[in-house]
Amino acid sequence: MSTTARKAGFGATLWDYLTTVDHKKIGILYLIGGFFFFLLGGLEAMLIRIQLIAPDNEFISAQFYNEVLTMHGTTMIFLAAMPLIFALMNAVLPLQIGARDVAFPFVNALGFWLFFFGGVMLNVSWFVTGAPDAGWTAYAPLSIFSEGHGVDFYAIGLQIAGFGTLMGGINFIVTVVNMRAPGMTYMRMPLFTWTAFIASVLILFAFPALTVGLFLLTFDRLFGANFFDPSMGGNVIIWEHLFWIFGHPEVYILILPAFGVFSEVISTFAKKRLFGYSSMVFATVLIAFLGFMVWAHHMFTVGLGPIANSIFAVATMAIAVPTGIKIFNWLFTLWGGSIRLTSPMVFALGFIPTFTIGGMTGVMLASAAADFQYHDSYFVVAHFHYVIVGGTVLGIFAGIIYWWPKMFGTMLNEKLNHWFFWLFFIGFHLTFFVQHFLGLMGMPRRYWKFQGEQGLDLFNLISTIGALFMAVGTIIFIYNVIVTQTKGQKVSGDPWDGRTLEWAIPSPPPFYNFKQEPLVRGLDPLWVEKMEGDGKIKPAEPLGDIHMPNRSFVPFVMSLGLFIAGFGVMYQGGYWILAVIGFAITAGSMLYRSFKDDLGYHVHKEDLEDEEGDGSNG
Amino acid sequence: MKGWMSKFKASFALVVLALVLSGCGDPFLSALQPKGEGAGMIYDLMILSIVIMLFVFAVVMVIYAFVIYKYRQKKDDPDYIPKQTEGNHALETLWTVIPIILLLILAVPTVQYTFALADTSPDVNEEGEEMDSIWINVTGAQYWWHFEYEDLEVSTSQELYIPTDRRVYLSMVSQDVIHSFWVPSIDGKMDVNPTGNTNEMTLLAQEEGVYFGKCAELCGPSHSLMDFKVVAVSPGEFEQWVQDMQSVTGEETPESQTAQEGQELFNNNCIGCHAIGSSPNKTGPNLTNFGDREELAGVFDYNKENIIKWIQTKGVGEEGDRMKPGNRMTDAQYDLTDEEAGKIAEYLMQLKPSDINPENARDTSYQDSDLSSLFPEEEESEEDSEGDEESSEESEDEGNEEEDQQEDEENNEE
Repeated sequence: MSTTARKAGFGATLWDYLTTVDHKKIGILYLIGGFFFFLLGGLEAMLIRIQLIAPDNEFISAQFYNEVLTMHGTTMIFLAAMPLIFALMNAVLPLQIGARDVAFPFVNALGFWLFFFGGVMLNVSWFVTGAPDAGWTAYAPLSIFSEGHGVDFYAIGLQIAGFGTLMGGINFIVTVVNMRAPGMTYMRMPLFTWTAFIASVLILFAFPALTVGLFLLTFDRLFGANFFDPSMGGNVIIWEHLFWIFGHPEVYILILPAFGVFSEVISTFAKKRLFGYSSMVFATVLIAFLGFMVWAHHMFTVGLGPIANSIFAVATMAIAVPTGIKIFNWLFTLWGGSIRLTSPMVFALGFIPTFTIGGMTGVMLASAAADFQYHDSYFVVAHFHYVIVGGTVLGIFAGIIYWWPKMFGTMLNEKLNHWFFWLFFIGFHLTFFVQHFLGLMGMPRRYWKFQGEQGLDLFNLISTIGALFMAVGTIIFIYNVIVTQTKGQKVSGDPWDGRTLEWAIPSPPPFYNFKQEPLVRGLDPLWVEKMEGDGKIKPAEPLGDIHMPNRSFVPFVMSLGLFIAGFGVMYQGGYWILAVIGFAITAGSMLYRSFKDDLGYHVHKEDLEDEEGDGSNG
Repeated sequence: MKGWMSKFKASFALVVLALVLSGCGDPFLSALQPKGEGAGMIYDLMILSIVIMLFVFAVVMVIYAFVIYKYRQKKDDPDYIPKQTEGNHALETLWTVIPIILLLILAVPTVQYTFALADTSPDVNEEGEEMDSIWINVTGAQYWWHFEYEDLEVSTSQELYIPTDRRVYLSMVSQDVIHSFWVPSIDGKMDVNPTGNTNEMTLLAQEEGVYFGKCAELCGPSHSLMDFKVVAVSPGEFEQWVQDMQSVTGEETPESQTAQEGQELFNNNCIGCHAIGSSPNKTGPNLTNFGDREELAGVFDYNKENIIKWIQTKGVGEEGDRMKPGNRMTDAQYDLTDEEAGKIAEYLMQLKPSDINPENARDTSYQDSDLSSLFPEEEESEEDSEGDEESSEESEDEGNEEEDQQEDEENNEE
């Protein structure tokens, strides 16, 4: 199977990916899509930093600047960080729990294509009307008054992408609950699986708030509703609540899986089991739980009054406790270990101090009274880049590099990875450390221009120089990927001396993952077998036929329908026909899917016996 | 012994921190050089939280550096298998309990200050009587600020005059989108929401000065150009400024011929949006003391060429629009030649109804006053401030202020 795929032409490969329902291939799709948008968001970031290199700069216009800052935030959160996390979850999670795929492979593909078309839709706005310009938070009534269709693209594009995310989240919840291999109890799940599971639960509860908010926004803008119009009895603050009821859990959706990656990486390269595993799990659950009761800390200056502000301030501070537990558990996993400074490990080690700073400023921001100074200043910009770049992005890169051999069967060049890390890491701190001070020195965020002679020049210049370092680092990474994939040197199934199930099968794994369901005998199952057995995972079942799902083009078509319908709803008039066509395509695909019996197929026992040398299951 | 040590360390850290931070930024913009009550409280809270956080950071970094130094894989024994520790209850309890204590230390003053900063009840004087509060209605609009002194029949825009050492009360609402009122060196920020969500806050400047104010909530293309000033003058000077502003009717005839022609052009073209005097009209900025402005439209150099350029801002995409993109004056209905605009500029630039201007905030003279002359005894009630025609009558109550005067150096009012 794998040999034929390698020799297939471009068209066949493309068709393969357009119709795949294999979680590993969907993971690669998410990786490509997310990384593309990451580069796009990075480009927007560079425009922002070049504009702010000097006071009173005229590099780009005010309107364009607002579009760029809006798209930078929206792209990085929804179209880069989220899908890259989904890439890791897809690539790794089923392998870590010994499953042959996710619970709903079809829905998994649908989730990806919805994200993809939502992301494309958002970016089409650049070419047809101007991008959304009301900030990634799209506060009403600025988002209502915004001219052109930019904000419509925001609302509808995110709505489509959001459906995809919601489906992905549900899928992973069901996968973890139902598809664990024999012996893989909850408290034996690798921490990445745990964090991905909890993040999926967060998605399930947080995204509906965004869905509702976006619907209200869409109806206000396109169909004359007045949810956010005070003169008609609406209220603009409702949007802020809805947005942050989604938005705050969202930051934990982004960071928790990154915590999971670091837990895996640190444990593997310290050659030690994770220190305080159960408290790590507990801390993850607690962070997620508290994450739902702190949204109003984004709104301390809105005028909620001192009682609400105090409650949300104290609740927010409480989150520092489980987060602190995690930091110390990582440190004590390292304690007494045998640390290998591989590139994923260097990312993890770079993460610890960076994220500690981000957490510290987080507690400072939680202090409601003090937040009156920090809020909406560059201090906040510095803070959330410390947690999102210093946490999520470093985590994503650590994860990509760590699992690259598992995903592609090749090994990224370690030396180039180290170059990438140092340039990115130094550049990051140059860019964002000084921004704390810019904020305290009186520079509000989302400023197109800052005035000269107000003491803000130097730090802005330093910040821009740092951004250049980050850009060069990223280019080195791209170069590394290209070189590695063209050389295509194969690696073994377990190049890092891993501890968890995914390292027990070949790299890349066969499409059915596990020839026989594995038997899990403890936390870090592969490590257990290495120490107490023969280093091979015992099968939990005799070799038998494997049931696999059929490939399908329907998810792509279904998403395409919504994409087309979006334009019709937006432009209305004669374009209503597009809405009719689009919704008809989607509804038609749904009917087709519902009425067609698709029972999948079986890989026969005899064929499995023929395959050799995969080192799995003995 | 240990307590003393940590106290010493803490205060040492405080001094170093304060020294480093206070060097940061412009003294009239930076939140790190507080010159107001609110900013001062927040600064203390900031330092407290930074000290706690630096302690945590130091602990983390010491362990971090140690483990990386000590537990690297040994070259001579790459196959060494470390002990697989599951955890340690004592340690885990320790790093759960200590952070909780640290957070409580921060949470208590946080709650205290959050309530203190939200308090808008009237001040009491030494005898325990409630003092008259100066309430100012702040209006945010794309991309300028309007200030209406309630009960005082004074309106102005862009430059907010306040007395030092006396709390002023702000009631804030937006005309269009959400803005946020922020004068970092005097106080933290507060959002300015559209109708239905009026916010209140207080301002207390402890030093005279011209402070930079900024809009801190994305409000459109010219969000970054929505600057304003807070001119904090001594109470006596503020009192005089209010009285001078109250006397303006907008019908005063300027001295020069050009300015007179400018006034006529102004009355024919601009008065629909721009008021002179205490009119409630706030379609556009109030121009009563335009001659005393230090910046044009908040951010541009104040000179005649720029004013002409600004007046000729009409029409989206033209030069004026590029000055402050998206501003509402570009939609206005008037048609002026550059020469006419110059005459208007001439008129506007001589609008200096008061001897008190930003220079008085920078000089060293200090005039004290309890401002009681601004609040006539009998009529404390909330009469609606619509009546702009009676603004000149206010000054007759000056008499009863003399007995409350303290340590006056030169009271040049009587």
